[in-house]
Amino acid sequence: MNISKFKPAIVYTVYIASTPEKIWQALTMAEFSRKYFFGNAVEIDLKVGGAYVVRQPDGSVHISGEVVECDPPRKLIVTFNVNWPALIEKLGPTLVTYEIEPAGDAVRLTMTESHDRPLDDDILSGGRTGWPAILSSLKSLLETGAPLVIKMAPPQQMLEALKKLGIKTP
Amino acid sequence: MRKPEFIYVTYIETTPEKLWEALTSSDFTKRYWWDTSVVSDWKVGSPFSLVLNGKTTDVGEILEAERPRRLSYTFHHILSEAAKNERPSRVTFVLEQHGKLVKLTLTHEDFAEDSVVIDGISKGWPAIMSSLKSMLESGEALVIPLDALFIDELEEVYRS
Repeated sequence: MNISKFKPAIVYTVYIASTPEKIWQALTMAEFSRKYFFGNAVEIDLKVGGAYVVRQPDGSVHISGEVVECDPPRKLIVTFNVNWPALIEKLGPTLVTYEIEPAGDAVRLTMTESHDRPLDDDILSGGRTGWPAILSSLKSLLETGAPLVIKMAPPQQMLEALKKLGIKTP
Repeated sequence: MRKPEFIYVTYIETTPEKLWEALTSSDFTKRYWWDTSVVSDWKVGSPFSLVLNGKTTDVGEILEAERPRRLSYTFHHILSEAAKNERPSRVTFVLEQHGKLVKLTLTHEDFAEDSVVIDGISKGWPAIMSSLKSMLESGEALVIPLDALFIDELEEVYRS
């Protein structure tokens, strides 16, 4: 997949007292993701072109994509398409890049959400709201053994913007 | 074009009161902020400064101090000539109870055009906020060498 057209829209960096291997596992294994990612299970076939799926607690597919780059435990790029009707036709695909780098005794995790076209702030508010919660909880899980309990609904401004575009949300 | 600003949100298992203390007391900042002291009486209009290794690195003025919900100060980096000549920017912390957690939103904005400080603060704040969260949740701040941040112009005072 050619990703040269994608430009970063959201970047979130967090430093974690952990190892690159443990962060890689947390990003790619359902038993970890269920704890910090709003109960969602990450399923990934760890090879370029392999499937990337995020399932909601009821088993339904929430996000689907494929592996674009896979360099454990340093870099993972996946397409990350929320499974709402007409979303991909109207907004194009979403690309998520995780970079994992040692930084002294800690590890820097950088998440970058990229798109192949400019999207307005109302649409991006979903990622801007979600990523800090997900990655704050991932950090707590790896450092203390306990994830955070963060109750969160999709931002109203995003839901309204999607509705205007004719994208149905649950 | 949109004005440059840096926004960082993190969720911390703590109380607004403890987080306020961690942001405004040098006993805490020295642990998670590369041994930096925060010097102010935290009253609106009072001076504010950051001091590292006996050297003042940043100065400002308290704009808002609504304990334990909202803290805002002007921020003027004064180590390099280029930064000193730039007008001050503005830092705001908003602390909100979110269930049993605190949502901390840091906004650094109102930069001069072609700001020379924006690169450093964009790389510095995630490390500082991550270390703050670790200290409050696990009791241990992070040990992150400044060189690991790849800040374009890192002054000597930070390396000693």
